Amino acid sequence: MAEEIIRLENVTVAFDGETVLDKINFAVYEKDCVGIIGPNGSGKTTLLRLILGLVAPDSGRVSILGMAPEKGRRFVGYVPQFIEFDKTFPISVWEFAMLGRLPGSPLARRFNDADRRKTEEALRRVDLLHLRDRQLGVLSGGERQRAYIARALASDPKVLLMDEPTANIDEKMERGFYDLLAELRKEIAVILVSHDISIITVNVDKIACLNKQLFMHLPSEINDEVLEKTYKCPVEMLAHGVPHRVLKEHEHGGGR
Amino acid sequence: MLDFLGYEFMRNALMAGVLASVICGIVGTLVVIRRIVSLSGSVSHSAFGGIGLGYYLGVNPLHGALVFSIASAIGIGAVSKYAKEREDTVIGMFWAAGMAIGILAIGLTPGYAPDLFGYLFGSIISVPASDLLLILALDLFVIGTVALLYKEMMAVAFDEEYATVSGLPVKFLYYLTLVLVAITIVALIRIVGIILAIALLTIPAAISGKLTHDMRKMMVLSIVLSIALITTGLWMSFILDIESGATIIILSAVSYAVMTAALRIRARGKPQST
Repeated sequence: MAEEIIRLENVTVAFDGETVLDKINFAVYEKDCVGIIGPNGSGKTTLLRLILGLVAPDSGRVSILGMAPEKGRRFVGYVPQFIEFDKTFPISVWEFAMLGRLPGSPLARRFNDADRRKTEEALRRVDLLHLRDRQLGVLSGGERQRAYIARALASDPKVLLMDEPTANIDEKMERGFYDLLAELRKEIAVILVSHDISIITVNVDKIACLNKQLFMHLPSEINDEVLEKTYKCPVEMLAHGVPHRVLKEHEHGGGR
Repeated sequence: MLDFLGYEFMRNALMAGVLASVICGIVGTLVVIRRIVSLSGSVSHSAFGGIGLGYYLGVNPLHGALVFSIASAIGIGAVSKYAKEREDTVIGMFWAAGMAIGILAIGLTPGYAPDLFGYLFGSIISVPASDLLLILALDLFVIGTVALLYKEMMAVAFDEEYATVSGLPVKFLYYLTLVLVAITIVALIRIVGIILAIALLTIPAAISGKLTHDMRKMMVLSIVLSIALITTGLWMSFILDIESGATIIILSAVSYAVMTAALRIRARGKPQST
């Protein structure tokens, strides 16, 4: 049986009395590729933060490889949403990817050859090794995303957790990203979180629709009804640019 | 030009300048990249409370400043960051409250506070050997700490949330950085005084940040720049017979302006560069 990587049991989270996540049950097994989609405000960020141990559930249980998130998160390779950071910050691509070696490492430990090998491997993986001495702030959007993936991979994760991975890259880079993803998911579990339903055009194994509550689907089950339930508005408003493999065309058409 | 080195007090002054520059370059880099300049300014000014208490209790005011500024650095950090108070409000409060404590303490101390002006604006030409030793000890502490925790410091400075997820003791590292700031201020009191310290802490690092994108090189370059600015300022104040601390600061500010302008002009020459 496949090893269970992440498990959420009956997890409820409320902020100031308002329920953000309602009795979520969710499990990810090794080499699973799961897409989590939901509109803004559906609790995606909170779900991510639960897994990363940055938010505690009000009830229910979160575990990573059977451990509490604070311990288990070192096995989660977190690729945050494209964030604006200080472009002048003095850090090179190499130093940045090296930070992926910090999880699980005692304070003040010196990096050794094994750390350097892992980092080198991760950068080669995302085809960024030739830019290792470049300042992180001068990378293009696509290169930066690959740097973030390299940092996550350097930590030898069991699962890659990606927040809005396609939000800020253009179509051409998106193809490169999907190719890389196809490679990675052969080895580790991948969770893609997005408000953009086009993410499900990735060949994911399972799709979770999140809107306070979470429903798991097989990709073949995803249809307008499911999406409309999640997004609470007609899918056509969301579906612009989405290949029709997933969403059948509406008769009244009109594009967006 | 070098005849001013003939005086022992000048040699002591230069020694103090070099020792303080080492701390200043390392910690100044952390302050600039973490964008905690005004927080550091607050730590610096509140150190006056420690100087006043030093007078009142009859101990070396620098020792008073060391203890007091470490305490206020931790206080400012705790209240602004973790008690969720508005950071700039807290910074302003500690800034003035620390100074107020110093003024009260000096007022309560019988007699006249002899070199008060020196603590406020620097008195590099009257550094006693005991203070040189204190600054040397602070040097060793700062170098040791940053050498051990370099990558951790870089990680928290770059992205605190990721550092937390990586299992780093983010709070501890934050407070440690503030303690380093407090230590640096104390090392700089003799050179430029608590009022002017913040400029010497940040200007060399700000200039280096424009010249290199490597944190290690930024630290080294800041140290070199700081030594150059202190030495040149000291020499100018000697031949012009003007206040040394203020001369060093004005020289630093002018250097920053000139460097910034020069880099802008050069960047305009190459339209492609960003």
